[in-house]
Amino acid sequence: MTVIERREVALVDLLDRLLAGGVGITGDVTLRIADVDLVRIDLNALISSVNAQVPSPFEEPS
Amino acid sequence: MTGLRYVYAVCRPFGAPLQAQLTGVGGAPPALLHHHGLVAVVSTVPEADFAEDALRARLEDLDWLTATARAHQGVIDALTTVTTPLPLRLATVFRDDSGVRTMIEAREDEFRRTLDRLEGRVEWGVKVYADIAPAQPERPAAKPASGRDYLRQRRAQTRSHENMWQKAEEFADRLHRLLSERGEDSRLHAPQNPALSGVSGRNVLNAAYLVPRAHSEEFVEIVDRAKDETPGLRVELTGPWAPYSFAGDAGAQAPREGEREGAREGEGGEGT
Repeated sequence: MTVIERREVALVDLLDRLLAGGVGITGDVTLRIADVDLVRIDLNALISSVNAQVPSPFEEPS
Repeated sequence: MTGLRYVYAVCRPFGAPLQAQLTGVGGAPPALLHHHGLVAVVSTVPEADFAEDALRARLEDLDWLTATARAHQGVIDALTTVTTPLPLRLATVFRDDSGVRTMIEAREDEFRRTLDRLEGRVEWGVKVYADIAPAQPERPAAKPASGRDYLRQRRAQTRSHENMWQKAEEFADRLHRLLSERGEDSRLHAPQNPALSGVSGRNVLNAAYLVPRAHSEEFVEIVDRAKDETPGLRVELTGPWAPYSFAGDAGAQAPREGEREGAREGEGGEGT
């Protein structure tokens, strides 16, 4: 059985919902989140931080 | 008065109080703003973080993004214990309460329709991962006797690798179809990048299903049964979530096969 059921919600799952889901409304102050390049956010911010903390999952075992 | 109004969700009025210790984004306690028979759940956030330029930079800061997303989720979670909230997207901010009221007035019909559609429903997330090693031409099964043997082996390896992918795709399609029939609605999220999720295996399905709370147990059982069906494929269930993925316009986002196909292009860097 390889199923991983984590009690804490994984950040990626949360961001799937909070950045792409939810009612998208333009507030009267800030940018619409949709205007931000979300791909850039999650790839840049998240990957760089993941790489800093955790060994890359792509590293081939030699 | 230097703060802005962060809106987490819109709900119908509910009787039960929110947890006393509940804090929202930036640590401020959420409050209820009643207007036109609806309730906006709001808290005050610093302008220094949420004015447009600041926010753009903040969203690139993983720690800040994490804390904000978790705080948002915490408030939504608390709301789901007392009502069915209509979650707003992360970082929806207004200058003051009157801005929030204006927003409610502009959208109240739509809010009511969506709240009716979502009442008593929850969202379940289902992901499928395929643990398939990349094709490795540099490691032939046996030493090829000739160039022709080598090519034959190479082709067989590629074929079996493709077969495994095809199986994974078929499994994901089948599961998605089965679960879509059980759920009232479904959404396909973009497949998750393993570098972000930190999870092994390729994410071949990342879907959300809208399920009446009363049918949740049955839905979870179906997913559980699929978990051990095929070796090399891993099924992961998350939820119940507030219906984040279904809060937008109904049917605005029909499931797109293309999204799942797109996931495969990121693989391995083989074959330029």
